[in-house]
Amino acid sequence: MSGFLTDPLPDPTPETVIDESATAPPDPETGVDSSLSEVGPTRSLRADAWRRFRRNRLAMLGLFIVLFLIVVALIGPMLVQDPLDTGGISREAPTNQHIFGTDRLGRDVLARIVYGMRLSLFIGLVATAAETLIGIAVGAISGWFRGWPDTILMRLVDVMLGIPYLVLALAMVSVLGKGIGAVIITLAATAWLQTARTVRSGFLQVRELEYIEAAKAIGVPTRRIIWRHVLPNVFQPVIVLVAVGIGSAILAEAALSFLGVGLKAPAPSLGLMISESQSSFTTSPHLLFFPAIGIVLTVLGFLLVGDGLRDALDVKDT
Amino acid sequence: MGSFLLRRTFSLIFVLWGGATILFLLFFLLPSNPAELVASGGGNRNPDPQVVANLEKKYGIDKPRFQQYTTYLGNVVTGDLGTSFRTSEPVIDIAKRRLPPSLRLAFWAVLIEASVGIGSGMLSARKRNSVGDYVTTITAVVLSAVPVFVLAFLIRQLTGVYAFQNDWPAWATFPPLGYGDNTWVLGVIPTGDTWKHLVQPAFVLASVSTAILARITRTSMLETMRMDHVRTARAKGLAEKQVMRRHVLRNAMIPVITVLGIDFGTMVGAAVLTETVFNLPGLGSQIVLSAKDYDLPVVLGLSLIVMLVYGLASLAVDLSYAYFNPRVRLGDDT
Repeated sequence: MSGFLTDPLPDPTPETVIDESATAPPDPETGVDSSLSEVGPTRSLRADAWRRFRRNRLAMLGLFIVLFLIVVALIGPMLVQDPLDTGGISREAPTNQHIFGTDRLGRDVLARIVYGMRLSLFIGLVATAAETLIGIAVGAISGWFRGWPDTILMRLVDVMLGIPYLVLALAMVSVLGKGIGAVIITLAATAWLQTARTVRSGFLQVRELEYIEAAKAIGVPTRRIIWRHVLPNVFQPVIVLVAVGIGSAILAEAALSFLGVGLKAPAPSLGLMISESQSSFTTSPHLLFFPAIGIVLTVLGFLLVGDGLRDALDVKDT
Repeated sequence: MGSFLLRRTFSLIFVLWGGATILFLLFFLLPSNPAELVASGGGNRNPDPQVVANLEKKYGIDKPRFQQYTTYLGNVVTGDLGTSFRTSEPVIDIAKRRLPPSLRLAFWAVLIEASVGIGSGMLSARKRNSVGDYVTTITAVVLSAVPVFVLAFLIRQLTGVYAFQNDWPAWATFPPLGYGDNTWVLGVIPTGDTWKHLVQPAFVLASVSTAILARITRTSMLETMRMDHVRTARAKGLAEKQVMRRHVLRNAMIPVITVLGIDFGTMVGAAVLTETVFNLPGLGSQIVLSAKDYDLPVVLGLSLIVMLVYGLASLAVDLSYAYFNPRVRLGDDT
């Protein structure tokens, strides 16, 4: 029976953070019992979500990592050496001059990683932006118009989900060839399925609500209803998918490059660096560890932010 | 049940047809002519036009595209997946050779996933906010951020290479590459030194999905434990063990079983990276090789096999669902 006595207390873990208003501890900043302030009329939904996000330590760690990555991407290249300069000694272990060592061609590994993380971030952001736009467009058309467009689009989604992700990506890359553009197109074209499904189910729910009926009744044009009244209300799960999607896109790019079908050799792709480092791992492990840490850090940041958003926005089933 | 089975089988066939069509269309958007690529040795030489024409004829890609498509579909229905551009070996033979290693690897990986994932997830849920719970959660998060190929390489390097060089005890050393004797009893049970070859790739392939499954199990159990019928069970004085076994576990396991079934289907195709690092002769590694070679019939044919396995696995999951939950089989097709 011990379980019965201890378990009904609200779960302090993020999954159920929504019902913590009942017995939440006093806010450490204001000293006010947050269960009182939470019902106050002054705080918006967004502020509420941000409060929940801030309380989640792992999510804040993720946010910190992502901010750090953005800083690295913006000002990092100014601080490091030329990533293409082959002047150093081949495969030198870390020294004062090259604090992460040098690679086979004598290039500074730190510089390669800074440029590599910037490239990862760029690919992740562009691919996810494209994927999200496709997903929203398909999901909105499906969920709003229903009927035959819905049938055709959702059958297409079913079919594409039936093709294993990496197989589809490999097939696409073998058609499009190597290079940044090809990788971005491949990632976007294979990743929009989940977004489309989520947006569609959101549309199906929201379009039946009374305020939509009211908007129709007073003659709001369909396009405006979709943009102003439906989309904002199906956006929360999409935000979560975006955060997680950037992480998965970065992982997928690394995997494709590792397999030799992603980016081409001089590009500072972290996956490519890891692939090149394997033959000399026993003598120069730094060539594997530093790029690997770079990938893990980048992906971890976005996954944690995604998880934190999911809990803060209380999104289910994504 | 009968009509449900019929409906699901039909949709599986539809997905396979659709997948074949998408991949086929994709390949014929190819900017370069595969016959030219083969004739020029991957673009290194200037191809002889006569050789190119002969190859086109041999592969049947001199005909109109729509005709190629219908011929291909017709052949697939009769079990003919075409022949490799590179080796002229029938694709179906390559599939027969490459499928069993992938299936075996996926089988063992799912077993590991099920035992470790469900076990640690249950422990996490029962001892919530304990050290073990945090360790499980954090391991799960970090594991999903580590690229599989890094994990695979490091494990291979540690227990496969470093261990040999430093004379670790025999139980902690595993051969780094291939399948060794490659002998199996009943199709899946490794004998001889084969099991030692299986340990590392199976654990690597299982790692990420195990982490995810542990979190799913934990969430599902916590949700079920808050349900009314569990409270009722406790209120009527059932022993905690009984409550857990009969009321919580049974319901909490439904999503978990689904994930396991889907994972088996996914792993057959997703083992690409694991197979590459450990040099295992599976479907995924062959698809990578062939994709690099523009060996389109092999990529297309093996992709179809992977899709079939994935489709059958999710069909099995749906059937078990329908069996346990009448609401699924009685329509409600949304």
